[in-house]
Amino acid sequence: MGELFQEAILVSILAGMIRIATPILFAAIGELVTQRAGIWNMGVEGTMLMGAFTAYFIATATGSVWLAVLAAMIAGALVGLIIAFMTVTMRVDHFITGLGINLLVAGLTLYWFRMYIKGRAQPTFDGFDNVAIPGLSAIPFIGEILFDQRLLTYMAFAAVPAVWYLLYRTRWGLELRCLGENPKALDIKGLSVSARQYAAVLFGSVMTGLGGGFLMLGFSDRFLADITAGRGWLAIVALIAGNWMPRGVLAAVLVFALLESVATHVQVLGIDVPHQIFLALPYLASILLLMGLRRQSRQPQRLGIPYFR
Amino acid sequence: MTTILRTVNLTKRFPGVIANEDVNFDLQKGEIHCLFGENGAGKSTLSSCLFGFYQPEGGSLELNGEPVKFRSPRDAIHAGIGMVHQHFVLVPDFTVLENIVVGTHEHGWQLGLDEARKRVASLCREYEIDLEPDALVRDLAVGQQQWVEILKALYLGAKVLILDEPSAVLTPEESIRLFRIISHMKELGLSIILISHKMVEVMQSDRVTVLRKGKVVGTVCPDEVTPKELTRMMVGRDIELRVVRDRSNKEAAKEPVLVVGGLSYRDTRDNLMLDQVTLTIGRGEILGLAGVSGNGQKELFEVLSGIIVPGSGNVTLAGERIEGLPSRHYMDRGVGLVPDDRFREGLIPEFGIQENMILGWQRHDDYTQGPFLNHKQIGTIAEGLIDEFRIKAPSADTPVNHLSGGNAQKVILAREFVHSNKLLLANQPTRGLDLGVIEYVYKQIIAKRDEGYAVLLASEELEDLLNLSDRIAVISGGRITGVVDPENTSIEEIGLLMAGERKEAAE
Repeated sequence: MGELFQEAILVSILAGMIRIATPILFAAIGELVTQRAGIWNMGVEGTMLMGAFTAYFIATATGSVWLAVLAAMIAGALVGLIIAFMTVTMRVDHFITGLGINLLVAGLTLYWFRMYIKGRAQPTFDGFDNVAIPGLSAIPFIGEILFDQRLLTYMAFAAVPAVWYLLYRTRWGLELRCLGENPKALDIKGLSVSARQYAAVLFGSVMTGLGGGFLMLGFSDRFLADITAGRGWLAIVALIAGNWMPRGVLAAVLVFALLESVATHVQVLGIDVPHQIFLALPYLASILLLMGLRRQSRQPQRLGIPYFR
Repeated sequence: MTTILRTVNLTKRFPGVIANEDVNFDLQKGEIHCLFGENGAGKSTLSSCLFGFYQPEGGSLELNGEPVKFRSPRDAIHAGIGMVHQHFVLVPDFTVLENIVVGTHEHGWQLGLDEARKRVASLCREYEIDLEPDALVRDLAVGQQQWVEILKALYLGAKVLILDEPSAVLTPEESIRLFRIISHMKELGLSIILISHKMVEVMQSDRVTVLRKGKVVGTVCPDEVTPKELTRMMVGRDIELRVVRDRSNKEAAKEPVLVVGGLSYRDTRDNLMLDQVTLTIGRGEILGLAGVSGNGQKELFEVLSGIIVPGSGNVTLAGERIEGLPSRHYMDRGVGLVPDDRFREGLIPEFGIQENMILGWQRHDDYTQGPFLNHKQIGTIAEGLIDEFRIKAPSADTPVNHLSGGNAQKVILAREFVHSNKLLLANQPTRGLDLGVIEYVYKQIIAKRDEGYAVLLASEELEDLLNLSDRIAVISGGRITGVVDPENTSIEEIGLLMAGERKEAAE
C-alpha cells in the first residue's frame, strides 16, 4: 500500500477528494439552509438524482453543459416545490415526504431514461473541463490539488462561507434560524412562516439539483440508473455530523470525499485489498461519525415538526 | 381619559365553538384593564383578535375612535399594540438582542445589532429593566425571560401592551417585581391589558372585564366589588374553595406512611435535579409541595412512584424499603400517581375511557380472563366509576381526547383512587381546570386523606396549598428549602423559600 504515499498519487488522491466533495457539498450546504429553517428534507437523494438525469438529458439533447447545469437547477427547484408543498402547505410528515420523493424520482428517471435510449445506442456528452486559476494553480502541490478544478467546484467551496455569512450576518439568516428553533416567534410578528420555509426548501433543492448536475457532468459521459448511489444520504449525514454548522458540514464532506477518493485510487493501482472495503469506507465512517457526535447536538429544536398556529 | 382601543360586538368562532360572542370591551389610555375568566372563557381568543393573530368573524375594532382591521400581527404592531404571550415565544439559542431584533424589518438585509443594542439599553433604562443583551436566553431565569418578552413588544414601539397570564411561571417575588414594572409602564403612559385568573392581580387593576363562555358578564372597578362577587361573575355560581380544614387526625398523622431520606437524583444530562431530599408523610396527612415548576417536583414524584431510580437515598413505604424497585411494585403496594401532564403521562388520548381506567392494571385478575381482557367486566367497572366520579362522557368507549380537561382528569383520579390504598401522589392535579372542577378534585383528595391516605400534593396555587395542606414543604433547585406550618406562615415566607433561601430545620 506504500504506493498511496508517493507524491504524484497523493496529489491525485487529494485533487480527487476535492472533485468528489463537490456534488455532496452542494447538496449538504443547500440542505443546511433547508434544515435550519426547520424542514427535515429526506428527499435529497431523489432531488440529486433528478438533477443528474435532467443534466444528462439536456447535455445530450443540446450539447451545452451550461444549459444542462441550468436545467438541473430548475429540476431541483421543481422537486423542491413538491417537497415544500407537502411539508409546509399540507404539513405531511417530513420523513414520509422525502422517502416518497426518493422512490418517485428513482422510478421516474429510470423510466424516462429507458424511453430516451430506446432503440439506439446510449448518447454521450462531453463533460466539464478543468479551469486552472492563473498563478494559483502554479503553486506546487497545493495548486495542483486546489486550483486546477472545475468551475463549479470553486463555486461549491465558495458557497460555504457565503452561506455562513447569510446565516449569521444577515437579517434573513436570523429569521431562517429562528424558523428552525421557534417559528411562532416570526408568526407573532406577522411574518409568513410558510413563505420563508418555501424559500429555504427551494434554495436547498436548487443546490442539490446543481450537485446532481455536477455529478453527471463532472464525472461521467453517460447516465446510469441510481447514479447518485447514496450521495444524497451522505449529504444528510454530513449535515448531522457537522452539527448543522457550515464549517462542520464542510469537514464532514471532505472526510467522506477523501475516503471515496482513496477507494478509487486503490482500485486503479490494483492494491491487493478488496476495493469494496474501501468503497464502503465513507458509509462506515458516516455511521461512526453519527454514533460519536449525537450527544452534543446543535440540531434545530423544531426540525421536522410541521408548524401549526 | 380617552379610549384607545375598543371592540364592538366582536365575534370569533372556531369549528364547533363560539369563542367570543358580541364582546364589547374598551381600553382607556393609561389604564390597567384586566380580562378575567376561566379557561375557555375566551380571554386569549379576544386578545389574539386584538393582536391580529386571529381575524374576528363579526363586529369591529376601533383604534383611537377610528375603525381598523388587523389582517396580521404586523398591522397590530404597526398600530402600536404589543403582546406578551403566556408561553414565551423565544428562541433559547439566540441572545436577548437577537430575540428582540428577529423579524423586525428595519435594517434592510443587515442585522444592525449595534444600533439595536443602544435602543434596547435605553429602553431598559427607561423601564428600569435589568438585562444583559448578549446573554443567551437559555441561560436566563424564567423571570428574566419575561423581561425579554416585554422588551420585544416595547422595542416595536408598543403603546398598548397585552400581557397573557404573565405571572403564571413566576415566583411570588418575581411577580411583585413584574407588577412594579407594569405600574411604572402605566405611569409612562402605556395602556395595559392584563389577562389573569389570579384574584390578587385582578384587584391591582383599574378595571376588570369578566368573561364567561365567550361573553362579557360585565366590566367593573375592583374597589367596588368583593373578590367573592367577582368569582360569582366568573363562574356563575358561588364556589367554596376553602375546604374546612379540620386537620382531622393529628394522632394518625404521627404514624408515618412514607419516609424519604437523603434522596438525590441526576438526570441524563448530569444535572442534579434532587439534592438530599428528606420528607415524611403521615397517615391521613396532606403534605403540600410548593415551588416554581422545574425545580425538581417532577423528579420527586417520579422517584416516589418508582418511575426513575434515585442515585442515592432511601424510600420507605409503610416500613418497607422500596427504592430501586420497578414502578409495578409501587403500584402493588398502594401508591397512586396523578402526573402533572395529564394527556401525555396520565392517559393514552386515543384510547377509550374504560381502557384508560385500567391502564397499568391490565393484568389484574379483575380485568382478565386467561390471556384475554375481560371487556364486559372492564366496561361494567368503568361505567360504575363514570357515575361515581360524575364524568361527563357519551359512553365508556369514548376516547379520552374527546373529553374536557376536567373530565379527563377525573378519569385519572378514578383510576388512581381505586387502585391505591396508602399513598397518593398528586402533581398539579388542578392545573388548567375550571374552578368548579378544582373544587371537586380537592374534595376528593380531602376524602382520601380522611380515609387515611398519605397525600403529597404539589400546586402552583399557593393559596390552595395553604388551605389544604397539613404541612407545606418548599422545593427549590432540587432541595427542600423548608417545611412550614400553613397556619403560621405567609405567602411571603414561602416565596422566599421558593426563591432558594433556606430555612433552618424548625420542625
